[in-house]
Amino acid sequence: MQPILRVENLSKVYEGGFTALKDVSLELNQGEIFALLGPNGAGKTTLISIVCGLVNPSAGKVEVAGHDIITDYRAARALIGLVPQELKTDSFESVWATVAFSRGLFGKKRDDARIERVLRDLSLWDKKDNKIMTLSGGMKRRVLIAKALAHEPRILFLDEPTAGVDVELRRDMWRLVRQLSDEGVTIILTTHYLEEAEEMADRIGVIRKGELMLVEEKTALMRQFGQKRLTIHLAAPLGTIPSAFAGHNLTLSADGRDLVLVYGTGQGSAPVSDLLRGLAMAGIAYHDLETHQSSLEDIFVDLMRENA
Amino acid sequence: MNVHAVKAIYLFEMARTWRTLLQSVVSPVISTALYFIVFGSAIGGHMAPIDGVAYGAFIVPGLIMLTLLTQSISNAAFGIYFPRFVGTIYEVLSAPISYVEIVLGYVGAAATKSVMLGIIILATSTFFVDVKVLHPVWMVSFLVLTAVTFSLFGFIIGIWADGFEKLQMIPLLIVTPLTFLGGSFYSIDMLPPFWRSVTLFNPVVYLVSGFRWSFFGVSDVNIGISLGMTLVFLLACLVAVWWIFRTGYRLKS
Ligand SMILES: Nc1ncnc2c1ncn2[C@@H]1O[C@H](COP(=O)(O)OP(=O)(O)O)[C@@H](O)[C@H]1O
Ligand SMILES: [Mg+2]
Repeated sequence: MQPILRVENLSKVYEGGFTALKDVSLELNQGEIFALLGPNGAGKTTLISIVCGLVNPSAGKVEVAGHDIITDYRAARALIGLVPQELKTDSFESVWATVAFSRGLFGKKRDDARIERVLRDLSLWDKKDNKIMTLSGGMKRRVLIAKALAHEPRILFLDEPTAGVDVELRRDMWRLVRQLSDEGVTIILTTHYLEEAEEMADRIGVIRKGELMLVEEKTALMRQFGQKRLTIHLAAPLGTIPSAFAGHNLTLSADGRDLVLVYGTGQGSAPVSDLLRGLAMAGIAYHDLETHQSSLEDIFVDLMRENA
Repeated sequence: MNVHAVKAIYLFEMARTWRTLLQSVVSPVISTALYFIVFGSAIGGHMAPIDGVAYGAFIVPGLIMLTLLTQSISNAAFGIYFPRFVGTIYEVLSAPISYVEIVLGYVGAAATKSVMLGIIILATSTFFVDVKVLHPVWMVSFLVLTAVTFSLFGFIIGIWADGFEKLQMIPLLIVTPLTFLGGSFYSIDMLPPFWRSVTLFNPVVYLVSGFRWSFFGVSDVNIGISLGMTLVFLLACLVAVWWIFRTGYRLKS
């Protein structure tokens, strides 16, 4: 199947000579949720802006469903919805008017039912006649999402969608993202809230200093870098790790009260049950257990360290 | 042609006009009325008719031009500057529309508003003086052509400006003086020969003269030259707009 978005050897050098993107290549499939993960200034917004036609590329090529974003910009852009990073809204317009405007701007004929559905999906329906300036920041963010969805895009860009957003909106947003993805809409979100990518994305791309360092299925990424840690709080402190447990990847805390087992997420629960059985046989009692799974944040830090 | 987009932009801009209707209509009407009271009645009573036209009526085309120029420029400049300033321009720039369509929407709306104002002022003037329009088709053509040309000029200023001062600088420092010195309130034949020659470098002279001809059938310069000069300025603005969008000047990095 043809990728819905194809980025080929894309580079961007800003006017001052700053290189914001270096030879980025990427292909996205229809309906997937892709998280672009990177620290501030990595080039996430630049990448999105080029695809949407807001920034001119310095080199390389971008195609949206086979349409070149420059030579065939009408067809390409008609498929894209963009929710920008910053809240940029028309203060004096009503919610309804601004969303209807977006639909027209993207060349779609008036469809009140569609706009009603978008507004209801985003819990904006009862605010439809309010002027935008009377809305809270969270509500304005919803309005921007509604605007981006008004013309039924096939690709939706969410640039740091949850920065400074309340829990309720975050939950609503993820529900909507899943629903859109089920309908075949491709979603690209940027974030440095790392749990977010872990929670939402099918695939994750890590970008740093304008370079796309890796693109990986989330589960593969977790398997590759993911580690689990089991901490056993012992009933009585141990002096050393008994030799019977030499085969396990165990460490003992300085005070001898905690036994820590490190194992890969790919190994299932076997290492845990083996160890617990071993402890029972050796007559070592414990009063509590605790597991910790490495988050994307840990993976990210590891990756950065490797490449530094 | 993305007709829906042009319509969306046009209606959006017109909605802004309706929202600010009072200030955008009332203030030019009041200032025009004041001009008529001061120049038309108070001073005009002591003025001899110019080219057989009573002074009060003589200044009507000039007054309409004055409003038309300043309003076209400031409307169009503000219309495109504001979304740049607030950041909402991102949506227009990411939409599947060509720059011709963007310009049609913004400049079309600004020109519409100016033409409406021109007509309102013409209507207001009939309360003060006796005006008749000899060549109505030419009158409307000059009105529309001027409104479109100077809305384009305003659009360029709105893209060039990087602050509110610059936005107001051109209208205030250049257009208003040129209009006052462009024969709005007098015939350039009344000037000494030297100053008359200097005045011929002022593009507004041609606009006012042509427009006045459509009212009274008399003009300072040949009507063909008036029309030609207006079209030249229109063309210059079109070239500038074409260049702006081709290079992404002040719009894209
Ligand atoms: N218009 C611009 N001119 C010059 N440099 C820019 C411009 N926009 C962004 N940059 C620089 O490019 C880099 C990448 O920015 P951006 O794409 O916004 O990063 P991110 O979205 O990942 O935080 C930053 O260092 C930023 O300062
Ligand atoms: Mg960013």
